[in-house]
Amino acid sequence: MHPALSVILFTVLSGAGYGLFSLVTLLHLTGLYPAPGPTELMTQLGLALALITFGLFSSTLHLHNPKNAWRAVMRVRTSWLSREAVCALSFYPFALIYLWQIPRAGVEVGPLMVVVGGMALFLALLTVFTTGMIYASLKTIRQWNTALTPANYLLLGLALGATALAAVHAGFGGRSEGLVLLALGLVLLAGVMKGLYYLWIREVTGPSLNTATGFTQARVRLLDQGHTAGTFLTREFGFDPGARRIFRVRLGVFGFGFLLPLLLMGMVLAGGSSLWLALALVSALAGIGLERWLFFAEARHGVMLYHGQRT
Amino acid sequence: MRLGLVIDLDTCVGCHACAVACKQWNTSGTTGPLTDESPYGAAPSGVWFNRVRHYEVGDYPHTKTVNMPLSCMHCDDAACVTVCPTGASYKRGEDGIVLVDQDKCMGCSLCAWACPYGARELDPRDGVMKKCTLCIDRIYDDALAPEDRQPACVITCPAHARHFGDFDDPDSAVSRLSRERGGRKLMPELGYEPTNTYLPPRSAPAVPTADVRRGSLMSSVKDWVNKAIAR
Repeated sequence: MHPALSVILFTVLSGAGYGLFSLVTLLHLTGLYPAPGPTELMTQLGLALALITFGLFSSTLHLHNPKNAWRAVMRVRTSWLSREAVCALSFYPFALIYLWQIPRAGVEVGPLMVVVGGMALFLALLTVFTTGMIYASLKTIRQWNTALTPANYLLLGLALGATALAAVHAGFGGRSEGLVLLALGLVLLAGVMKGLYYLWIREVTGPSLNTATGFTQARVRLLDQGHTAGTFLTREFGFDPGARRIFRVRLGVFGFGFLLPLLLMGMVLAGGSSLWLALALVSALAGIGLERWLFFAEARHGVMLYHGQRT
Repeated sequence: MRLGLVIDLDTCVGCHACAVACKQWNTSGTTGPLTDESPYGAAPSGVWFNRVRHYEVGDYPHTKTVNMPLSCMHCDDAACVTVCPTGASYKRGEDGIVLVDQDKCMGCSLCAWACPYGARELDPRDGVMKKCTLCIDRIYDDALAPEDRQPACVITCPAHARHFGDFDDPDSAVSRLSRERGGRKLMPELGYEPTNTYLPPRSAPAVPTADVRRGSLMSSVKDWVNKAIAR
């Protein structure tokens, strides 16, 4: 699949934003947020909303007819993309009321904040889940058509959110082992889940050129694809980085996305400077950016069987 | 009604006439134009509703070339319609034709991602998804003679490899053909229940050579002379 920059930016940044928003809300509502100040909470939630909004704006850049984008809420009954749009839009009022309440009510949690925050938390996680389901629901792409896809999207969003949460907290001079431990645990869990995903997609399943042509009792080879230049189909689905490049990018995913952030957070826990958390966040964002590029680049669409691509 | 095509892989000669006729009719049809990119350049590209690909089936010496025209299968359970967030993609209840409402499409390409047959192509100039309409602007046109109320690809096929009709009618030509010739659906394991059906090549018996008489001495000499003397 062609890895479109707009979709990579959207899924990584808004995933991180929803992860950050839901974790901050959860910790705040349960009273587990270490020494919360209104400015710090506002900064955390504001950063989350900025990431989400930038991501959503970026997602509209891959539409070829954006003037009809408002119609994307019309098919909630069947389409996961429609469900995502509805969840993303209905998240905003709750998130904004929550944000608005913090300078008024201070850090005290009132009943309105519990309701509004709870809804925002639920819708944030639901939005990330629906994003994952857009890909997981496509039977044409075997690498995506698995429950591991939404699980990965949720965990990677939460891991990025937790890393950002710890980094911003450190930026306000806070030094909380609990937040760093939370980030460390989520990054580790997300890394293990991504490893499982990479193991899972090694197994070749789904259609072959035999079932695609109906000739199931003999070998079938492509003689001629019938056109001399590229088409919409080959441009959209024919992207193939090659096994060596996939391997190199995977090293980058694990190195920048999981190992380096874990190492840096370990250093902070061992008494190192909290500034390393900022580097951990930058590294994690770069690594998960590579992960998202690879998520698209290594996916094989069934229609490419007709063009002679195997598996 | 469940309208669709039967494509006979035994008689298809791979001439691409169906693809060209489709392009010609539909570029000025209801979902036209089928925009071309650099049509006279080094890498001409553009929107097509019907593409023909060529395959070799079997291993030498038992091989066969199979020409495979692929267009929208007008699936019973069309995933492209399921995933469409705007409602632009829809399947007509009365005849099962899958269409795109160009006024509602936002050009997100998700329907093309959901289609395993490559039936949908985005028009980069119009920014909307385009696809086979089963020539809906031909088959219901009362101004045309009844024999002309068929998709352009079917009418033009010089090998009569394409047939159009109602699969819900057990006595229609398409139903009988797919029943009698063992018609196949493509990628049935995905469960999209495609309507279009492909007829496998007939297995022709080998031509017997035992009764072929050897030539006379005179004809052998003539053959040798013809080969030996350069013109």
